[in-house]
Amino acid sequence: MFNGKQVIVIGERDGVAGPAIASCVTASGGNVVLVHTDCFV
Amino acid sequence: MIQPVIKGVSAILAHAPSLIRYGSKPSREIGADAGLLPAILAHLRSYHEALSYAPHQVFVGRMRPNALRALSTPWLTHPVAAERFGPFGEVLPEEELYGLLALADEFRLLALDPEFAEETIKRLADHPMLHSMSLDPVREAGRRNLREALNSASAMPMFVEGNRLIGAIRGGQEDDESLTASIVLENLAAKATGALALLHLVSKDGLSPDAVEYVLGCSEEAVGDRYQRGGGNLGKAMAEMAGCGNASGADIKNFCAAPIPALVIGGSLVAAGVFENVAVVGGGSLPKLGMKFRGHLKHQMPILEDVLAGIAVWVGRDDGRSPRIRLDAVGRHEVKAGSSNQAILEALVAQPLAKIGKKITEVGIFATELHNPEITVPQGNGDVPLRNYRTLAALAALRGEIDASEINAFVQKHGMPGFAPTQGHLASAICFLGHAREMLMAKEIETVQLVAKGSLFLGMMSRQSDGMSVLLEAQ
Repeated sequence: MFNGKQVIVIGERDGVAGPAIASCVTASGGNVVLVHTDCFV
Repeated sequence: MIQPVIKGVSAILAHAPSLIRYGSKPSREIGADAGLLPAILAHLRSYHEALSYAPHQVFVGRMRPNALRALSTPWLTHPVAAERFGPFGEVLPEEELYGLLALADEFRLLALDPEFAEETIKRLADHPMLHSMSLDPVREAGRRNLREALNSASAMPMFVEGNRLIGAIRGGQEDDESLTASIVLENLAAKATGALALLHLVSKDGLSPDAVEYVLGCSEEAVGDRYQRGGGNLGKAMAEMAGCGNASGADIKNFCAAPIPALVIGGSLVAAGVFENVAVVGGGSLPKLGMKFRGHLKHQMPILEDVLAGIAVWVGRDDGRSPRIRLDAVGRHEVKAGSSNQAILEALVAQPLAKIGKKITEVGIFATELHNPEITVPQGNGDVPLRNYRTLAALAALRGEIDASEINAFVQKHGMPGFAPTQGHLASAICFLGHAREMLMAKEIETVQLVAKGSLFLGMMSRQSDGMSVLLEAQ
């Protein structure tokens, strides 16, 4: 799904955290160039 | 092992609308656009409006969180019958907060308008916890030269009623970036509100100030100096202000999760016989005032993050009636656990329960992140408690404890609406503790699991998040 794509990952602590999204992206063939998780509270 | 129990809980709010301009987000945005200040000042709540706001009455124990479900929404436009004092504490008016800051100000950095200082002394003289303290520090703050203070390089003007100038605060050392006026004010606000919560704690439930042996601070500030930012021990500073002369203290840091590890460590100190009475105390977070103000302005609402909070908990030896702290059912988020919400809740909820042979559905109530959704939704951050409860329910479904069709029913039965101001650590499970204690002692429920999360990654030393949980049980 992400083959050959450079991906910026932005996650949320109380939703889906950045590293979890990054794992999915990597497993789908993407190249994660930045992972960030934010906390909105 | 000595069984540790929760022998008392206090919770206070301090109305601080005029300090919103010094919250982290508003101050940065006003710095970039000075024209924003009039809009902020036009959207402040009066004390009465803040007092009769239903979530605030829940915070001080006059209503249960689930009573919010029966109220018309938005709660903002449906005020409730309100009292300043509740079973857990009070909603302190802003004028008295400034008096409290002067009482906390050991280094004479705060100068007050003389007339305002005298008005404040009169008000504090009627306060049930503060009237017995010497109010001389407030009088002395009124004698300092306000004009001179305002002219000093790093001073910050102080206001009430939005824009009425009544004082100024100076930094501690001109060339110490850890003691600027802004940081001193943040630290004093945490100290003063935490100490007020501790004063409420030692005025009820039979705890004498002299009986407190150790105070674990769990606030969000970073008290220190240029050589040791975050040096800490606000715990002892709050103990001193609250008259706990036999106490010492230390601070526990873990972002918003800190109160729960502090509770577990306090319980462990009691269980090991090191101390008989430990107080866990968290003061308010000034930087988080007005954190979501943009969303509130956008929706023509008053700025709802206009209160500082404070919570204090008495952890002591088993008295045969207070809720037990189950130290054999403490959940921790291990490094190897992973950062998905599922992994976090497995570690914090399911695993500690499994250790004592309990299922998720066997816990009466879960207290997770309990931020008031009326504050977060207008900014586009959603209903944080609901999202956490739904994830927890999904975990129960995944483990076969409930059917996927029962997720909403699980949230209703084991959850509650968010009611806490976005004061980070105090919104993170611990704000329910007063209610939990009363409900467990009344046998309305048998167990409560407090589940707190901390955003360790914000400090940029690790990409990890963290959290801790603990189970409380009725006698």
